Amino acid sequence: MRQFLGSFAIGLIFGLGLVISIMINPLKVLSFLDVAGDWDPSLALVMGSALFVTWVGYRFVLRRPAPVLAPSFSLPTKRDIDMRLVGGAAIFGIGWGMVGFCPGPAITALAVGESQVLYFGIAMIMGMVITRWLLALSDRAKQPA
Amino acid sequence: MTEFTPVEALAGGALIGLSAVFAMAFYGRIAGISGILGGFFAAKTPDRSWRGGFLLGLLAAPLGYWLVTGIKPDVELVVPLSIIVAGGFLVGAGTALGGGCTSGHGVCGIARMSQRSIVATICFMATGILTVYVMRHILGVW
Repeated sequence: MRQFLGSFAIGLIFGLGLVISIMINPLKVLSFLDVAGDWDPSLALVMGSALFVTWVGYRFVLRRPAPVLAPSFSLPTKRDIDMRLVGGAAIFGIGWGMVGFCPGPAITALAVGESQVLYFGIAMIMGMVITRWLLALSDRAKQPA
Repeated sequence: MTEFTPVEALAGGALIGLSAVFAMAFYGRIAGISGILGGFFAAKTPDRSWRGGFLLGLLAAPLGYWLVTGIKPDVELVVPLSIIVAGGFLVGAGTALGGGCTSGHGVCGIARMSQRSIVATICFMATGILTVYVMRHILGVW
């Protein structure tokens, strides 16, 4: 329960950031990606600001031996730049540019958007579940029996 | 199409950063939404309540904002439903394959100076810009 309340509060702050920065609105995101149109650079400032705060915060936090409420830091261990990374990011960008939603704003917008947001969310989750399943299958096939 | 809103952008971005720092400081976790969401729906997940709490926090944010300010946040989708569904599937598949999205790679990863995240962010920004160009200026979808 304490884990739940803690992560709820952190998710709430994240969601408020998306609402206040107007990134919850896909049209705002598309207007950033539309560099050849009437460009709205807001998203660059959102990312820059988030990146700056995170970068400074991580400097202090990651110097500590462990997080406050967990035994250790869970940091990604992969280092290689492979086709999965590049291809996956490229595919994600195509979907992002088609609609203007990435995962955070899509989930946040479910609470106030129309039914189309729900259809986007269901398709997104299906894409995630199917891809994770295929990746697990492919990884298992690579391992010697 | 939309106005440049620098103050809102900087303030909202700072909150997103603060959330990412708290996730790391208290739980040692990357605040990557695609990873949190994908893991929530995975068959074997030991930490579903942590993930569920975070996702409910996201959902509560626009409602809380609406309650306090009286302003309902706009969510404007300008493309037909078929494109919304196809785009949703590609966002889900691409983030699962590439191991992250705008938050995990774009914010948390770059803040850790991860080369993978820098490459991923350049890739999805590039294909995002290209897709909008094709959709809007060549196909005229919106």
